[in-house]
Amino acid sequence: MTEIQQDSDLISVTIDGQEVKVKSGEVLIDACEEAGVDIPRFCYHKRMSQVGMCRMCIVEVDTGRGPSLQPSCMMDVSEGMVIDTQSEEIKKIQDGVLEFLLINHPLDCPVCDKGGECPLQDQTMAYGPGETRFVEEKRHFEKPIPINDNVYLDRERCILCDRCTRFADEVVGDPLIQFIDRGNSTQVNTFPEDPFASYFSGNIVQLCPVGALTAKPYRFKARPWDLEEIESTYPNPLGDRIVVQSSRDQVLRLQGLDSEAVNWGWLSDKDRFSFEAFQSEYRLDNPLVRGGGLNKADKSGTGLVAASWAGAMSIITESLNGADPDRVAVIGGARLTNESQYAWTKLAKGIIGTDHVSADLGDDLQPHVLLGLPRATISEACQPNNTIVLLTPDLKEEYGTLFIRLRDAAKNLGVKIIELSPMRTALSADAAVSLHPLPGEIGNVVQAITTGDIPREVGGISGEDLSLAHSHLKDTNVFVIVSRSSMGQSEEPIIEALTSLQEVDNCRFLPLVRRANTMGALDMGMAPGLLPGRNTLSSGSSVFSDIWPNLPTESGANTKQILQKAADGNIDTLFLLGADPLTDFPDKALAKAALERTNTIISVDLFVTPSVYESDVVLPAASFLEADGSHTNVEGRITSIRQKITPPGTARPDWMIAAEISHRLGHDLGIDTPEDIWEELSSRSAVHGGLDYRKLDHQPDGHLITATGRIPFIPAEERIETRPVDSYAMRLILGRRMFDQGTVTQMSPSLTQLAEKSDLRINQYDFERLGITEGAQVEVTSGGANISISVKVDNRVPRSTALIYSNLEGADPRELLIEGAHSIDIRIDPTVKASA
Amino acid sequence: MSRLNEENLRIARQIVSRYPKKKSALIPLLHLSQEQNGMVTNEAMEHIAELVEVTPAEVLGTCSFYEMFKRHPVGEYQINICHGISCHLLGAEDVLEHAEKSLGVKEGEITQDGKFSFEGVECIAACTEAPCLQVNYRYVNRVSSDEFDQLVTDLKNGQNTQIPKHGTLAKTRQNIQSEKLAGPSEVENASPPVWLQRNKEDQ
Repeated sequence: MTEIQQDSDLISVTIDGQEVKVKSGEVLIDACEEAGVDIPRFCYHKRMSQVGMCRMCIVEVDTGRGPSLQPSCMMDVSEGMVIDTQSEEIKKIQDGVLEFLLINHPLDCPVCDKGGECPLQDQTMAYGPGETRFVEEKRHFEKPIPINDNVYLDRERCILCDRCTRFADEVVGDPLIQFIDRGNSTQVNTFPEDPFASYFSGNIVQLCPVGALTAKPYRFKARPWDLEEIESTYPNPLGDRIVVQSSRDQVLRLQGLDSEAVNWGWLSDKDRFSFEAFQSEYRLDNPLVRGGGLNKADKSGTGLVAASWAGAMSIITESLNGADPDRVAVIGGARLTNESQYAWTKLAKGIIGTDHVSADLGDDLQPHVLLGLPRATISEACQPNNTIVLLTPDLKEEYGTLFIRLRDAAKNLGVKIIELSPMRTALSADAAVSLHPLPGEIGNVVQAITTGDIPREVGGISGEDLSLAHSHLKDTNVFVIVSRSSMGQSEEPIIEALTSLQEVDNCRFLPLVRRANTMGALDMGMAPGLLPGRNTLSSGSSVFSDIWPNLPTESGANTKQILQKAADGNIDTLFLLGADPLTDFPDKALAKAALERTNTIISVDLFVTPSVYESDVVLPAASFLEADGSHTNVEGRITSIRQKITPPGTARPDWMIAAEISHRLGHDLGIDTPEDIWEELSSRSAVHGGLDYRKLDHQPDGHLITATGRIPFIPAEERIETRPVDSYAMRLILGRRMFDQGTVTQMSPSLTQLAEKSDLRINQYDFERLGITEGAQVEVTSGGANISISVKVDNRVPRSTALIYSNLEGADPRELLIEGAHSIDIRIDPTVKASA
Repeated sequence: MSRLNEENLRIARQIVSRYPKKKSALIPLLHLSQEQNGMVTNEAMEHIAELVEVTPAEVLGTCSFYEMFKRHPVGEYQINICHGISCHLLGAEDVLEHAEKSLGVKEGEITQDGKFSFEGVECIAACTEAPCLQVNYRYVNRVSSDEFDQLVTDLKNGQNTQIPKHGTLAKTRQNIQSEKLAGPSEVENASPPVWLQRNKEDQ
């Protein structure tokens, strides 16, 4: 108590007769809430600006000049303020405001999805008039109208609180819904024939204080009082916090959970509506084994047939019994929970004794980059007057909620963003400097920016722009957000850039990964040479040797090397843990050859992906909705994942599968519940020290791992020479979209139609230079390979570069990649007509 | 084709260049497109959105706020008959009824020849001249039924040259000398306006 009183930032105010200490400069409505006084509101939302639209939050405020009526969302607290939220006057006003709001609000609550969780309904019960005096006709609109593929708008129910339109404009920068008309005819709507095409449209449904906005996947599915809910984490790289809501063992809705550290309550549509996929009829619900004919297991069969767990397990034990550990490998595991990752690492490295374990699929930064650089959190980076250097692709496409946080930082906190992306992105407009270095040249560009040794031009960036960027690095805290921005650029230029940035004083890094729990996988030792808790095979083997009997002595192969070994016939048994190398590994031919040569492929997955289809044994796993565990996000933040429903069929949590295999190999993995893993690990991992698995449930922001430096960053030694683009060629960018051919998107009926077809995007200038017509089919060549693809103008792409999005329907740009090249030059031949 | 035509596009670009922020040109451009087509079409709004770099929805939001931007076709002469209090007391309803009869169309409709449409409007701030009306926002004061008919006949026969066709705001275009332009520079970098310097208000 004394400590609080000494804090000069606190002031005292009187709320309903109680003197309380509140933070200076706080909005009155928040101050009241913190003091335990709830003020009704519709338009106010603490993550958005105040507008004072609804007038529901009016309170009596006396600042020494006598009491006056003020909307508490539009006023900051000041010393000595006396606030009355309960007076007769206030009650009359609340009653009046609600009567006005209800003039045009239809009383269709019995058929409204919001009924039961509706602020308007609740507040009318609490503060409103019991009966209506309004006998005139209410206003009418067509109801409901779709404003995009997943969101319906019922304008009759709308109370014009401005939440959805503010969100669209302020938070995500997609002002595609607006107040149209005025006075009594004011309505929210889109421009005719121009849908609310936002990646974040589901949030406005969650924000809506009435039933005006509803999401298609939830419409008429349940009543709020039938829902059960649990706090969990969405397994994406940022670890967005969610609330999973279900009824009768079926998940019906995911809502964003307001976590101060991570997603602020927002979710991208890809995550919000993806729950459909995990309950689709295509989920694996029984083990499958290679077979044919009469549904009999048959190694030479052409298809997969249903099998019992015992039958599947016996094939696995047969292939592992007495096997040479060097001929066993594990790829994948980034989808798993931390606990499952530990169990699988223990099985692979401790029991089977192979170090060929890799969660990466050849498209992420290497473990030493992800673990070796001093790490920052999102909130640390988003502090006033910091500078953030972005070595990333368009964050809006891949890391939705991080995009929202950075946009807020740039717009409202004065954070300067130096964007070094291959093309113009959704953050470019808000960046202090937005530069688009040629793919492959980023190392040289960053060196010029950090050292201030500015050449006339490098990597397509003028000296002037470089100097401007350099000036923003002075006298400030520098944070770097980095990822493999484009598969058209090798990792070396990025490591080169990071080596330069490391020299900047106090520079800290937030490396992004592509798959959900890659950070957890590394912390659990799912990489060659690593053991859990960021121990290495050499330094940490003594820590684990007592419980991991068969620890390998030598460092093993990474994914690329595993596939190479497999293609050479040196791998007998290959585990694929939720990994699909045929779709995801950059070298498709190598992945194909590897899967063909390997004797026994064992997949643990949720769906039949192309790689799963090539497997010999397929084991069905439980998804994040169906198993307990925890997740590590890119910051190193461990948050809880909680089971809400039962897995389909006989699917099991991944750790249980590992324990079962271990048991059949004659070893007790020692894991009966996810909790056991932490008991085993906490004494052995200094990194995970202080983590209490049981307490995670009460920590919305989770537990942050802060240790760095145990796995050192290996700086780049060689400098890559700049390589000019010749005038006939274009430098290739491989981008990613939020909605693609990825399994989860394709398996969600609400999302699958949002994925576009593959095309080649170039600048208007190049478009005219080449004399192509829009939509024309052209042939693109690189090295010896060529693909046929249609062309589209996209002025976000800089001149002399070309963009192709990966993993879309149509041409596969992976064909154009050249092994070992730092960047890819392609040639476009508009004269060749598509043969197909 | 109701996007801005070539001539108006040139004018539009010039208007946009007057403002430090392109978005500020939104309302002037809406006027321009109404002048071209007598109304603001969806295509024009999309075109304006491109020119001032906002979304079409934002243009619609602004456009629909203002009554005088028409998003549906109106006659070449749009007659606004005031039914504010003064006009109401002095026979506005009679004028409206008469207009309906003599033009042969209902409020909000257009005559067959496309020349006329009319509607009742709130007070147009000429209460001393009640009952009054506007034809394409030009005032006609103290109108009787006969005078209304005379007005319509004159307009029909081209005898009234005072009133331009719907959408036209002024007969002369605003012409700002280049040195007086605020310029397209960022607000933060712009020098204070001349009048501020003159009055020494910036010190």
